[in-house]
Amino acid sequence: MNSSSVLLGLAGVLYGAAPIMFAVIGETITERAGVINLSMNGTILLSAMGGFAVAAGTGSIVLGFLAGALIGALVALVVAFSSITLKQSQVAVGFVLALLCRDLSYFLGHAYISKAGPRLITIPIPALSGIPILGTLFFKHDVMTYLSFVIIFLVWFWIFRTRPGLMLRGIGERPAAAFVRGADVNRLRYLYTIIGGAIAGLAGPTFSLSVKAGWAGPLSGLDGYGWIALSITIFGGWNPFRAALGVYLFSFLQWLGLVLQPFLPSIPTQVLQVAPFPLMILTLMLVNISDAEWVERMLAAMPERARRWMMKLFRTLRASPPASLGVPFESE
Amino acid sequence: MKKIRWLNFGFQIGAVILALLFTTVVLLIAGAPPLQAYLYIIKGALSSITNISNVLSAWAPLLLTTSGVLITFAAGLWNIGIEGQIMVGAIFTTGALRLLQNSPVSSGWILVIGFLAGMAGGALWAALAGLLKTFGGVNEIFGGLGLNFVATAFALYLIIGPWKRPGIASTSGTLMFPDKLWLPTLPKVQFSVWALGLGILVVVLIYIILRGTHFGLRLKAIGKNSKAALLMGVPTWQYSMFAFLLCGVFAGLAGAIQVTSVYHRLTPAISSGYGFLGLMVAMLINYQAIWAAPVALFFAALNIGGIQLPIVLKLDSSLSGVLQGILVLFVLLVEGARQRLFKER
Repeated sequence: MNSSSVLLGLAGVLYGAAPIMFAVIGETITERAGVINLSMNGTILLSAMGGFAVAAGTGSIVLGFLAGALIGALVALVVAFSSITLKQSQVAVGFVLALLCRDLSYFLGHAYISKAGPRLITIPIPALSGIPILGTLFFKHDVMTYLSFVIIFLVWFWIFRTRPGLMLRGIGERPAAAFVRGADVNRLRYLYTIIGGAIAGLAGPTFSLSVKAGWAGPLSGLDGYGWIALSITIFGGWNPFRAALGVYLFSFLQWLGLVLQPFLPSIPTQVLQVAPFPLMILTLMLVNISDAEWVERMLAAMPERARRWMMKLFRTLRASPPASLGVPFESE
Repeated sequence: MKKIRWLNFGFQIGAVILALLFTTVVLLIAGAPPLQAYLYIIKGALSSITNISNVLSAWAPLLLTTSGVLITFAAGLWNIGIEGQIMVGAIFTTGALRLLQNSPVSSGWILVIGFLAGMAGGALWAALAGLLKTFGGVNEIFGGLGLNFVATAFALYLIIGPWKRPGIASTSGTLMFPDKLWLPTLPKVQFSVWALGLGILVVVLIYIILRGTHFGLRLKAIGKNSKAALLMGVPTWQYSMFAFLLCGVFAGLAGAIQVTSVYHRLTPAISSGYGFLGLMVAMLINYQAIWAAPVALFFAALNIGGIQLPIVLKLDSSLSGVLQGILVLFVLLVEGARQRLFKER
């Protein structure tokens, strides 16, 4: 394997990561506000199907992406309504929606299987795409890949550097305190759940109009990405940069699986394709393990040097969720 | 009191009507004749002895998975990893059967050992999710989801790798077992009284455990408020772990039934989604074990009834899943609306 094909492969890793990036960033915003939207797997499939159907029907790729975002927002609205207004379990409603939207996408998408549809074109950025190495890596993509880069910074800036962002963190961490400061907690939670859902809704069309163009029902191979996006959100510690790292790591491992395939003929492709999933659990464990009691006891028994080193490692990996994640808020 | 009960009933009927309306709209969007679609689902489930026996043989594993998650739900746990637990149960059963099929052991005993192996496999996979939760701080939802993927990958590896059919390696499944290793069925149909008997036995068992035992009461105490339960002297994590194990045993049993009485081999989709469907049934019946059997039967009938849709109406068979999902969603929403209307005043 020569260096230029490695470079193209890595550019492909960034390109292939775009859909999951939208899902993870959308979920990060939602969970920052204190709401879990567990429907992600269904959202991705339904928005992929809907986005493709609209784009194929109207010939407009822009409408396709808008349809995807709208579907994501609507699904999120159901989650918000049932958990905030009706005070039902977010996990239960999200889980039902994850299955329901998947089946809806297969049922309604039946007529669109293997239909021809539009596909995003690559738009190299003038001048920048000419830079050696970096140009190929970052600046020869389609619009959605560029957007997947930009959204990391935008959302990070919003959450950590703006006043409304401070409020967003407040309603997820200590909603009562935010309420006292004048935040309409439940209304903001509605708003951010819907915005997060809309962003996640871009994931579907990014698959069906770009990364895995077309619609093939269950054979599209999109089932499962939503669940992985939810795990990466936790791995990402509700921070867009760390989340992006998780997304790229996942995408990289999937690519590595494909590249290594010829060297490991005894292992079927399908197995290497899912190899990142167990790794994801391992990382989740590392993210959370320092909370466990036995780890604290084990640390206490360690020699001073080793203990300090381990504590440092755990602190870097650790990610604590927004304190009021999944907890309904009542103002009285 | 009686009036309130009737009112609740009215709300539930309302949820069913809303779900049917919504599904009808979905059918209209897909350009399909709604009445005909519903009729075909009913026909597909009930019109012949074969269909009815298929419904009954789908009922058995669904009863087991529903019972399993009723235990974990009682302990306040979301055992999403149940799909993987079915899978590993099926893998263990297949392994045991393969190991013993050419040995002098009588086929009855091979089946018994296969079932025990399946139970052990399911329990093992559930124990992993439980250990990850208790000692690794990994939420059981995410640990379980990850383990589901691992289980599927493992099955695929076995099917294409070490257990591949002679000559061809195909993801469709392993070589079929000789019919002496099939769970005995009624003549001419694919329905095993043994499987269904197990399912019903387990549902009754779960009902009794949750309703009338000290163990069930403590489990529910953990589910309602684990901190309070711990202060009251309930060994919380041990109980949670046990709930996982029990659910895993039932899931593994479902896997064993899928291998020995439905597919007669290992396939990558051996769970048929009965794990997730069991979670849905449990939610629909609001975690009341008494309703598990009839609602699971209804869901099994929907699943089987939808199979013919692609042939007769050129519709995707996922319509059954749509109907099930919408039903559960509306029941949850209407329940929320009812609580909001009547409890807050």
